[in-house]
Amino acid sequence: MDTGQGLFIIVVGCGRLGSYLADKLSVAGAGVVVVDCEERAFESLSSEFGGFKVEGDATESAVLQQARIEKADVVIGATHDDNANMMIAQIARKIFQVPRAIARVQEPRRVALCRALAIDSVCPTARAGDLVFQTLAAASQPGQDGGQP
Amino acid sequence: MNTLIVGGGKLVYFLCRTFLSKGYRVTIVNRDRAECVWLARRLKATIVYGDGSDPQILAEAQADGADAVLAVTPNDEDNLMICQLASLQFAVPRTLALVNDPDNEEVFRKLGVTTAFSTTRLLSSLIEQKAAFEDITSLASLAGGKVNVTEIVLREGAPVVGRALADLGLPADSLIAGILRDEQPIIPRGVTTLRARDHLIVITLPASHGRVLKMLTGEAP
Repeated sequence: MDTGQGLFIIVVGCGRLGSYLADKLSVAGAGVVVVDCEERAFESLSSEFGGFKVEGDATESAVLQQARIEKADVVIGATHDDNANMMIAQIARKIFQVPRAIARVQEPRRVALCRALAIDSVCPTARAGDLVFQTLAAASQPGQDGGQP
Repeated sequence: MNTLIVGGGKLVYFLCRTFLSKGYRVTIVNRDRAECVWLARRLKATIVYGDGSDPQILAEAQADGADAVLAVTPNDEDNLMICQLASLQFAVPRTLALVNDPDNEEVFRKLGVTTAFSTTRLLSSLIEQKAAFEDITSLASLAGGKVNVTEIVLREGAPVVGRALADLGLPADSLIAGILRDEQPIIPRGVTTLRARDHLIVITLPASHGRVLKMLTGEAP
């Protein structure tokens, strides 16, 4: 897996997913800027995080520019707001020509719009749902889960 | 004309009333249940309760039959998604979005929104044009507001009266392009000295606009 070594990556949103990604990418050797509108959110970063923090609303172009988006190799929209993530991914790809941008989208119904907009998206809800179905299918075979009905 | 408005508050209520009085058909999508009830009691419009950036809700609001979608929620990201969804998945020909961050006006247009308007920019340009003083008139705003042409009448006692243009120290991205003096047009040079009651035709870029006006009139813009 490409861990991002040597890349400049902007992670927008420092919640559970954002801080997880920022920590991992930073430890793997990427240059990371994490953006969140709440300064307190940065408390979820681990002590090994070696990147920069920008406090601000990333749907404002000025904040993205402060995070030096024009230099970014990757931008990840990981706020709790699907629409903000999709907007940020589009601004990255289409206004600042960032090579890769990914939006985290919780609502599966929005994935089709991401496709129409030509932005990469990750839908944790659909992923988790599929995993549950796989587990169910596996568990319905006797003995697979090692337990009793 | 079939219009779909997404948003809430007094703005949506009065917009809807205006559209209805013109004979338009109006559908409102609003994510506050109590407000939906309030609107439904007062307006002859179709009110749909839900998140207007959710494709299912737009389908329920019959967005595919709308001639225009107007997104006026308080969040720029929601307004952008509503317009993009309407245009890409429901083939709505015209989309209009309210933007709060004036920088997003251009961003939204580049991302395919037909019309993006910023209250901040509208109000600030109104103030610059009208409220400030009567001896400043905005003549033209070119290239979508990137270049302003302004007429300024110099008052008696303005700080630049009696001084040569070259000595004013105007910012490099501004230009006094012409002077009307006693109805006579003058193309000024650096040595031209300004007089009271001169009408200056000033070309500015937004970054220096306010500063130039202040330097010439001596008053805060």
